Amino acid sequence: MSDTVKAPAPQLIQGATGDWEIVLGLEIHAQVVSNAKLFSGAATEFGAEPNTQVSLVDAAMPGMLPVINEVVVEQAVRTGLGLKAQINNFSVFDRKNYFYPDLPQGYQISQFSQPIVGEGIVHVELADGSVREVGVERLHLEQDAGKSVHDLHPQQTYVDLNRSGVALMEIVSKPDMRSSEEASAYVRKIRSILRYLGTCDGNMEQGSMRADVNVSVRKPGGDLGTRAEIKNVNSLKFIQQAIEYEAQRQVDIIEDGGEIKQETRLFDAGSGTTRSMRSKEEAHDYRYFPDPDLLPLEFDDAFVARIKADLPELPDDKMDRFQAELGLSHYDAGVLVAEREIADYFEIVAAGRDAKIAANWVSGNLFGLLNKDATAITDSPVSAEQLGGLLDLMADGTISGKIAKDVFEDMFASGKDAATIVDEKGLKQVSDTGAIEAMVDEVMAANQDKVEEYRGGKDKLMGFFVGQVMKASKGQANPGVVNQILKDKLSG
Amino acid sequence: MSLDKATVAGIAHLARIRVDDDRLETMVGELNNILGWIEQLGEVDTDGVAPMTSVADMQAPMRQDVVNDGNYQDRVLANAPAAADGFFGVPKVIE
Amino acid sequence: MAALTDLTLAEARDKLTSREISSRELTEAHIVAMEDARDLNAFITETPERALEVADAIDGSEKGGHLADISSHSGGIGRTIEGIPLAIKDLYCTNGVQTTAASHILEGFKPQYESTVTANMWAAGGVMLGKTNLDEFAMGSSNETSYFGNVLSPWKRTGDDAAQIVPGGSSGGSASAVAARIATAAIGTDTGGSIRQPASFVGIVGMKPTYGRCSRWGIVAFASSLDQPGPMTRTVRDSAILLQAMAGHDPKDSTSVNQPLPNFEAALTNDIKGLKIGIPKEYRMDGMPSEIDDLWKQGVKWLEDAGAEAVEISLPHTKYALPAYYIVAPAEASSNLARYDGVRYGLRVDGDSLEEMYEATRGAGFGEEVQRRVLIGTYVLSAGYYDAYYLKAQKVRTRIAEDFRNAFQQVDAILTPTAPSAAFAAGEKGDDPIAMYLNDVFTVPASMAGLPGISVPAGLSSDGLPLGLQVLGNAFDEETVFRVGGVLEEAAAFTARPQKWWGDKS
Repeated sequence: MSDTVKAPAPQLIQGATGDWEIVLGLEIHAQVVSNAKLFSGAATEFGAEPNTQVSLVDAAMPGMLPVINEVVVEQAVRTGLGLKAQINNFSVFDRKNYFYPDLPQGYQISQFSQPIVGEGIVHVELADGSVREVGVERLHLEQDAGKSVHDLHPQQTYVDLNRSGVALMEIVSKPDMRSSEEASAYVRKIRSILRYLGTCDGNMEQGSMRADVNVSVRKPGGDLGTRAEIKNVNSLKFIQQAIEYEAQRQVDIIEDGGEIKQETRLFDAGSGTTRSMRSKEEAHDYRYFPDPDLLPLEFDDAFVARIKADLPELPDDKMDRFQAELGLSHYDAGVLVAEREIADYFEIVAAGRDAKIAANWVSGNLFGLLNKDATAITDSPVSAEQLGGLLDLMADGTISGKIAKDVFEDMFASGKDAATIVDEKGLKQVSDTGAIEAMVDEVMAANQDKVEEYRGGKDKLMGFFVGQVMKASKGQANPGVVNQILKDKLSG
Repeated sequence: MSLDKATVAGIAHLARIRVDDDRLETMVGELNNILGWIEQLGEVDTDGVAPMTSVADMQAPMRQDVVNDGNYQDRVLANAPAAADGFFGVPKVIE
Repeated sequence: MAALTDLTLAEARDKLTSREISSRELTEAHIVAMEDARDLNAFITETPERALEVADAIDGSEKGGHLADISSHSGGIGRTIEGIPLAIKDLYCTNGVQTTAASHILEGFKPQYESTVTANMWAAGGVMLGKTNLDEFAMGSSNETSYFGNVLSPWKRTGDDAAQIVPGGSSGGSASAVAARIATAAIGTDTGGSIRQPASFVGIVGMKPTYGRCSRWGIVAFASSLDQPGPMTRTVRDSAILLQAMAGHDPKDSTSVNQPLPNFEAALTNDIKGLKIGIPKEYRMDGMPSEIDDLWKQGVKWLEDAGAEAVEISLPHTKYALPAYYIVAPAEASSNLARYDGVRYGLRVDGDSLEEMYEATRGAGFGEEVQRRVLIGTYVLSAGYYDAYYLKAQKVRTRIAEDFRNAFQQVDAILTPTAPSAAFAAGEKGDDPIAMYLNDVFTVPASMAGLPGISVPAGLSSDGLPLGLQVLGNAFDEETVFRVGGVLEEAAAFTARPQKWWGDKS
């Protein structure tokens, strides 16, 4: 990170007693991409019938025992490497003890004092180009709980254990963020890194990524205030709303002479407000201790090195390369690396072609049509190879840029290759000088007066002649060739 | 260190065990006896001693990431005191 | 011919192999004995129909027949206990058969799975007679804490028919069943002495293997870092045969050890010439009855007579093992028992709110001793006390393990009494939990270190009750434990058996 990049301005709240600074830390819970659960062989897919993706281990039947999933461990290490964090070759699974119906064991297997990943750093760029460095405190593995459904029965809460035991990575940030924008940009960045790594699908709607947001306020530069933790916020928009509401609430309380209670709160998306969680009111004593059913998790440096060797290029590195090697602008590079799928698409289009033209086509024409259709790039009717083919036809002069735009729209609608469309519709550009000379002669003959004027010094008429020739060729004449011939003949 | 009745009641709540008041009284004495007896561990010099994490000197085994379990809702729910529509039922929880 | 119920496992195996007897005959004889001995309350659930069904299937099939695939035994052994009627501690989950852990909270619970150890045994041809009574969740040393009532020992004090003698605990039902000739053999679990102490109390052989030797998968957990399954039999040979059928690596248990199983029965060579036997001086406890000390000395002499060399050793942290155990075991138990919450199985006592349901269910479902230990365990893990109690105890545990490691650099095995006294009568230990806990003073240290140990009946107390001696071995050296145990058994020639006072007197 260069020293010239400026840090973002804090988002201050103007209170009656002056300005207040918001201090934010996030705990992101990211579901690990794996076939089976953290400690059992049950499936992790979303949306199954209740209590079907549940093994006897996940239901905490008497005598059931956990055995850790190797791929989950690899994914955690991979993520740690992606966050440029310290990897701990020795870590310990602890039991976090509390009672809740969706927690069948009566404890969650998590990592408390010795997590698998230690400190790391994430650079978060904001819309104005400023960059916030957010420290990662730790990343640890833990089991997800099941799901309590409160609205299916008037007197009962229903419990579905499908998610029980699914592997989560909890990524804990330091309290380094100072605005709701930073918080949501941080989540977006983490999401992007995890998706690049393939360690979390980042699907916030399905709950595979959610955040607990720790919010406190203080006078700028003052001591940290008491924080409230807003649980399970599951969209970027909600994270911003929850922070803004909560920070204002805290300022109002303090300025009214009140005190902030350290507590767990729930964000209500309907009203955009937060409220105290009744079920979490009671002070907790989780009685952490090492899970005696599991041995400490140990691996050697070779295990880490093997994962590191297979690490994909991450967004920050890609961003640098796109600028340095491909000559893209900071802005274009940023747009193209934001999602791994976009970057992958772009790189196929750009391979062996002019990168800037490729970037313009992807972020311009392609995004335009995709957005209009609300289609993801992974579902694009025009593949990266096909778009590359179109660019090739332009590069070798087969079609003009203007025709290319029409061809592209056709490709998007029909899924056909550019060459096919050009052939079918006879859109091939005319570069045959003989044919073009004939057209130029015709145009000049029909516009003798203008020829005289041009020869009299009215250079601007060149555009008129080019337009007439292109019109005569139905747009298919090669504009470069037309220009050259016109210049020769008019000056002759 | 000696536990009083309120502390024992707090522990019982943490453990989610209802202990009747008269029994609680007895329990206070019993627990204090046991804890008093345990105090003798203070005599052991454990400076620099690592706590035991496992009795066997071995590494944690790992399972392969293969789906080979689950898909038996009936077996999961077979012993449930209250189950309906494929779910376990509990008294309504207000979050 | 001896009664079928008097046959040892090895004898029964040979007679079954030679087709001198059928599994049905053997099983029927034991079912009759089981039904006749209900006064002992050794079983919570009897499964005679299932036993006969399995026995008939075995009788009707060739050896190694269709009943179970040999390869399904995790140790990969053959059908070494085929046709033998066995009693199973009701802590092992058995598919479709009620499994209670002797607790009201699990009454009626029918597991939809089979524990690895019992599955191994059925794959080796074993026949289940029923599920035996125990201390609730294996917490107890006298089998007086079961929700399903006390188990009685088949033994009586000389000249005292009135006193009801306890079988020890927690595997009291299995102990009584074997001693009273109800089952050819049984299995128990040992956390701090729950196999060895009751074996000593009823005059049978009880063996706790090295932690990790047998899978814990499917066994109701008490204290995960200590629990270990083991055989309870009338001879050391039977113990070796049954352990062979139980043990083996299980990928479903992270603490199960992936090591080849030795042939335990082949270790019974009776040759202990030149072996060094450690005699730990710290096991001479103040106030221990002299008859225990005398028996111990006698044991040393027996082993010396067989060519072993007795060496006095020191295990300096012995006296701290028990208090450390009473932190570690309750702490783990408080967490292991959190799953009994009335949501997915077992007892539910309704309440208006979730909290009320939890507290009512667990208040009604757990007995006093379980509650006591869960509260102790909850307390020692709670904020502000973890370091002083739990962490301290785990450090002391490291010290205890070091003591044994040092000792086993000098000696091949260790000889101690199994328990500080003979069996007592129900109610005799009064209301003092600590007095009861002291029963395990000689068995707990090896449990804390995860080491194997066997209790072999070696004599009778002055009032006619059995006394056992304990042989401890190094980790994964069950072979030496069996070998020394076998020599002890032969020298002691313990033939006393309880006079039948229960059931049909004819």
